[in-house]
Order: sequence, then structure tokens, then C-alpha cells
Amino acid sequence: MAMITADPKDVPQVDNFAFTPENLERARKLIANYPPGRQASAVIGVLDIAQRQQGWLPRVAMEEVAKLLDMAPIRVYEIATFYTMFHLKPKGKYLLQVCTTTPCWLRGSEAVMKACEHAAQDSDMFSVQEVECLGACVNAPVVQINDDFYEDLDETSIKRVLDAFRGGETPKPGPQIDRQTSAPVGGPTTLKGE
Amino acid sequence: MLADKDRIFTNLYGFYDWRLEGARKRGAWDNTKAILDKGPDAIVEEIKKSGLRGRGGAGFPTGLKWSFMPKEVKDRPHYLVVNADESEPGTCKDRDIMRHDPHLLVEGCLVAGFAMRAHAAYIYVRGEFYNEAQNLMAAIAEAYDAGLIGENACGSGWKFDVYVHRGAGAYICGEETALLESLEGKKGMPRLKPPFPAGAGLYGCPSTVNNVESIAVAPTILRRGAAWFASFGRPNNTGTKLFCISGHVNKPCNVEEAMSIPLKELIEKHAGGVRGGWDNLLAVIPGGSSTPLLPKSICDTVLMDFDALKDQQSGLGTAAVIVMDKSTDIVKAIARLSYFYKHESCGQCTPCREGLGWVWRVMERMVTGNARIEEIDALYDVTKQIEGHTICALADGAAWPVQGLIRHFRPEMERRIRERAGSPPTKLAAE
Repeated sequence: MAMITADPKDVPQVDNFAFTPENLERARKLIANYPPGRQASAVIGVLDIAQRQQGWLPRVAMEEVAKLLDMAPIRVYEIATFYTMFHLKPKGKYLLQVCTTTPCWLRGSEAVMKACEHAAQDSDMFSVQEVECLGACVNAPVVQINDDFYEDLDETSIKRVLDAFRGGETPKPGPQIDRQTSAPVGGPTTLKGE
Repeated sequence: MLADKDRIFTNLYGFYDWRLEGARKRGAWDNTKAILDKGPDAIVEEIKKSGLRGRGGAGFPTGLKWSFMPKEVKDRPHYLVVNADESEPGTCKDRDIMRHDPHLLVEGCLVAGFAMRAHAAYIYVRGEFYNEAQNLMAAIAEAYDAGLIGENACGSGWKFDVYVHRGAGAYICGEETALLESLEGKKGMPRLKPPFPAGAGLYGCPSTVNNVESIAVAPTILRRGAAWFASFGRPNNTGTKLFCISGHVNKPCNVEEAMSIPLKELIEKHAGGVRGGWDNLLAVIPGGSSTPLLPKSICDTVLMDFDALKDQQSGLGTAAVIVMDKSTDIVKAIARLSYFYKHESCGQCTPCREGLGWVWRVMERMVTGNARIEEIDALYDVTKQIEGHTICALADGAAWPVQGLIRHFRPEMERRIRERAGSPPTKLAAE
């Protein structure tokens, strides 16, 4: 939270923002999850819809969200600057969120971070961000790329993953070593029969 | 070792179908109506008897917490809120429940919600868990279609709705009142207690916030009986528990085991042992980043439960075991946690907002030994001043790991300072 500035520099001019009909429908469905008069509860979800549509959150999008939810614009700016998943300036097509908190660091997140930083320097398609614990610690080190977690990484495998994205493919998320989700390598020690 | 037949999360690793059909085969939603027919008070009583303590970190008795809800619904509706904002470094168990056994959670919402006379549950899932939230929402949709929840949940006559609410990246929202603020569409800033959520929680209505694991184990406890659950672990520390073993082990993993299992057995049996052998162990953080680390001498014999770890001035927390072998720069490992807490402070209380930044900056100097010996005492003293002087426990959780480091690794900190001696002196603490 401390890392985010409310008014970032080098933000391109965006004059207007309107939800697509499908996204407006999505937003309305979300609002219906909450009791009448509590539509502000949907603010995180509706901002997320706006961000997915635009790629980031320009001021006009936040104002549109405020209008839709009948909130003061400042309340929406507050939300967009408090939560780390909202981006107030454009980012690359692939956002590399590299976890460097202790469990990932113990297993070599520094090398993974370096590889991601190199990739972002070489290509506009990648943006890189250091993030705090992603909650997949037994599969450390972890990088979240857009919505997917890439796990059990090292320098070689993150480079392979990034190369695949560069080549227009979407590599398979999850562990990048031979392993079933959070089970130990070599097979589980429990739950062996159904 | 816990037998497979006594494991609750039988699809922990996602080998099998997580959807309704698969979940039913594993025993979920099996005559849930019979559980509801016992009535709210009997359910609360059974959970109390099982000895289940909250699985989110604090270990508060779950049944007792449920009993704080008003016995009658008056002018304000009751809410169950499930805390799936799993972000405590080291912890990744709720993720597996949501992606591989979501129906256990949905069924748990129904029985827990019914027991506290709520007609709605909100599950607050951390924003980064996009795919996990998708699985959970699919499971909820299946449960609606099958009549398991909705207008007449499981044919019980009880109306029950379950909603998923995605967060957007903030560790603080795992604190129950910050979570409620966030759920109401505000910044995640913890509220002063009292009033407690059971009196005035979500939208000012009686609410109970429980961890995913606490809720997901409830149906199985009610089906198999409190005595079954209470037969595992030591008194006051009963049941089975999901452990997350990360760091310098040969095979990091999640596993469900009986409470009170010796730490050494847990690591050696399930995680392939410490990298380089048990004697290569330096220290373990036993329950997620907020719990003070334990040096090897304690790890040799300590049991993994609330009371045993408390006796060692640490805690079970979320049962996220972070293992560090002798190659670890232990000061740096804890300094990184100090950075985490500084980053995640909501900024509401001064000791936390200002103090945690100070602690981190001093910790960074401790890493290189660019400090004076007496600053170790100043650091300890400041963490003691931070602890207990803020609205929520985030600052406590930031203070404890530093205190644990000083308690057990002070000679290492002094060594670094002495080795660097001869360099220009630094200003005392004030920065």
C-alpha cells in the first residue's frame, strides 16, 4: 500500500470511459449480491471489471464507477489507491508479479526477479512488480502472470515461461517441475487411495 | 500418523474431481438436512465439544465464537463472513480447499450459517486467488442448482445464500474488522472493538468471521461426531489440521495431520526432511510469519499445537512451517518480514505506521552489522512499545518475529556488528 501514489506521473490522457454492455451487465450482477443500498460493497469488483476492460484505471473510469455505485469519487479513488491490484497507469500485456517474501526468497526468488526484470527491460509486453506473499508458499518461488500462478520456478524455468509468452503461447500455469499442485515431489505421503 | 480415513480434506492435492459429483463421492453433502434438523443450538454445542479452535491464526474456540451470536433474529439480519484472504507468509492451505474441495466450504457455510441463524454468507477471497475464486463460484452455482443452498437449502426450509467477494490485494483485510470494512466498500482499516462483530459487524448487523478451514471442517465434525474430532491431538488442541511446510525442506508440501504432531516428525515424514539433514537445521518459523522463530534445539522436540508453541513463546498461528537451514542469512530472513509488515500496514495507528518503517530500517542495518550493540536493545524496546498499542494485531505480528530473532540469535547480530567495527560509527537509532 505504501508503494502507490495517488497521482502517478506519465499517465496518458483518457477523455472518456464507458462500460461495454456485457461489462455493465456483469457489474449489475455483482451489485445484486449485496443488500439494497449497499451497492458500495461492489466497488472492488466493479473497479476490477473496469480495469480488465481498459487495462488500467484512468481517472475517468474511477469516476464512472463512482457514478454507477452512487459513491463520492474520492471514495473510489481511495479504494483504487489502497489495494495493490489496481493500476493507475498502463502496464504491459503481461504483468509479472514476483513474490519475494521470505518463503519465496528462501527458495531463490532473487534469481527469478532478475530474470523478470531483464524481460521487462527488453520488451514492452512485460511489466514487472515486486509483490508480497502470494499465498502459494509450498510452491515457492512463485510469479503471478495476469490471473495465473507459475510455481516452483528457478532462473531457467521462468525464462522458459517468459519465452513462451514472447512466442505468443500461454504456458501451462502451476508447478513448473514434475509435481501435482501442493503435494510433495515424487508423490504424496498421504491420500494414496481414493 | 493420521490415517487416510480420518482425513477431512481427501482431495487436498486435486487428484480427483472437485465438482459436486466428485465431492459427493467423497462424502460431502451427505444428508446435510439431518445435521440441520438437530437445530442451531445442538450444532454449536457439538462444535464446542469437538474442541475446534479457529484455524486462521488466533486459535479462538470456534463453537464459543458462534455462541456469541444473538439467539433470536430481531430487526437486523445475521451474517456469516468467511475469511479467505489468505496472505500470511508461509500459508497456502485455504487455497487448496477452495480449488480442490470447494464443496466442503460451501456446505460448511450452510451449517455454520444455519447455526448462527444467518441467511447469507459472504466469502472474502483474496484478489490474487482468481482461479480459486472461479472454482468456488462454480461450486456455489452447482449447489444452488442441486437445491443444496438457496430458497430451501437441502430441503430444510432454511433460505441460505452464499456469495463470493473478491478482494484486491491487501494483507490487512485478513484482520476480521478490516475485512468487514473492505466488504462494505471501504479501505481495509480495522475497527476498534468493542463492538465485536457478533454485536455489530457487517453493515452493523450481527456477524461472525471465520477462517476457511474452520468452516470447511464443520460438516465432517458434525457428521462423525465431536468425540471423533477430539480424539486427535492433546486436550485443548484437538483435531486434524492442514500444515504448510515451506522453505529449506527437500519436498515442500501441504498436508493434513493430527494436531500435536512433533515438528520433527511432520517435516521428516511429509516434507522429505530438512535440506542436508536434520542437523543442517538452523531455525523454523512454526506458524506463519507473525510467529517468533524457534532455533533447532527447540525444534528437536516441540509439538505442533497451540499450547506447546505458546510455551516456547511462539505460536501455532496458521500452522505454516517455514524451515531455514544453516545456509540462511537469518537476520535478512526476518528483515524481509519486517519489510512485509511495513508494506502492509494500513497506516491508521501511529505506532504501526511509523514504527514498522523504523523497525525495518534498523533491521536492514542489522543485516550488514551497520549498527551499535545497544541498538539491539533499542530495537527490542521499540517492538515492545509497538506491541499492544494499536487497534489490530498486525503490529503485534510485526513485532514478534523481531523479538524472536533477538531472543534466539542475538549473538549472531552482535557478531555482525563487531565484525563491521572500525567502520565509521552510525547515529543511534534515531535515523
